[in-house]
Amino acid sequence: MKKGGQKFSALVVDDNKMIRKVEEKLLARFGFETKVVENGEKALKLFDDGYTFDVVVMDMEMPVMNGPVATRALRARGVDCMIVGVTSCGDGPEKAEFEASGLNCCWEKPLNAEIVGTILNKLDNKMS
Amino acid sequence: MEIGGEYLEILGSSILMTDYLEYSNALFREGLLDGQFIQLQMLRDDSNPDFVVEVVTLFFEDSQRILNELSKTLDEQNVDFKKIDANVHQLKGSSSSIGAQRVRNACIAFRSFCDAQDVESYGFCFFVLFPDQMCLRCLQQVKQEYLLVKNKLEALLRLEQQIVAAGGVVPTLNDVS
Repeated sequence: MKKGGQKFSALVVDDNKMIRKVEEKLLARFGFETKVVENGEKALKLFDDGYTFDVVVMDMEMPVMNGPVATRALRARGVDCMIVGVTSCGDGPEKAEFEASGLNCCWEKPLNAEIVGTILNKLDNKMS
Repeated sequence: MEIGGEYLEILGSSILMTDYLEYSNALFREGLLDGQFIQLQMLRDDSNPDFVVEVVTLFFEDSQRILNELSKTLDEQNVDFKKIDANVHQLKGSSSSIGAQRVRNACIAFRSFCDAQDVESYGFCFFVLFPDQMCLRCLQQVKQEYLLVKNKLEALLRLEQQIVAAGGVVPTLNDVS
């Protein structure tokens, strides 16, 4: 939790409805206030509309606008919150490209309690 | 004394709970489900008691759609391998998110084969000569694993319903794989 009892906020960006549901619930269980969108373009729009988040959980492959493109665009707009990539691509050039687009870290899918715990720790450390 | 009915009820739900644990342990041992499924179970709570059922239902809908797409794509004159790769990748993602380990592994095998399609240097490789057939075999494998885990998950969720109906509590699963 942030100081003042406020919750950390998270944005889930994934084109798969089932995965959005699972990730949202997982984050909520760890106390995050979570929003979900289905592609990078919708994520950008939220930021353009003035929303801010403590962490963005970004899928790599999505239609309309994928993870790397969206991440680069967010960083170019000066968004400096934590952006965590999740991909089912394994290690390789695609993952490296994704990381190079401006991620803070990249994890293999699926998102689980251990990963969310790690994210929370990093955010807590950032706060203190 | 009125013990009889209550005792039978407790006995009934205990038997169901034991059945449930045995059934689910077998699924973990056989590699059909992995730890991710337990993570989902742990996300179920009073505010969302149907969470697992909802997620599993979404998985079934999604998977069926993808499998239909794959069959259709493989049926075409000029098979679009990129489309196949994209669909299998999707299925790999969702199956790993639900803990359907063997479906996920079948997808990995499928994709590693599909990657071969784009490699021109494969020359005289059998796969390149009969790519459609090999893809069909991969698809059959994925379908098989999916139908198996679908069957097992449906049975598992039915057991859960029975436990709750008998007044019991669904036991927390342990990964015994």
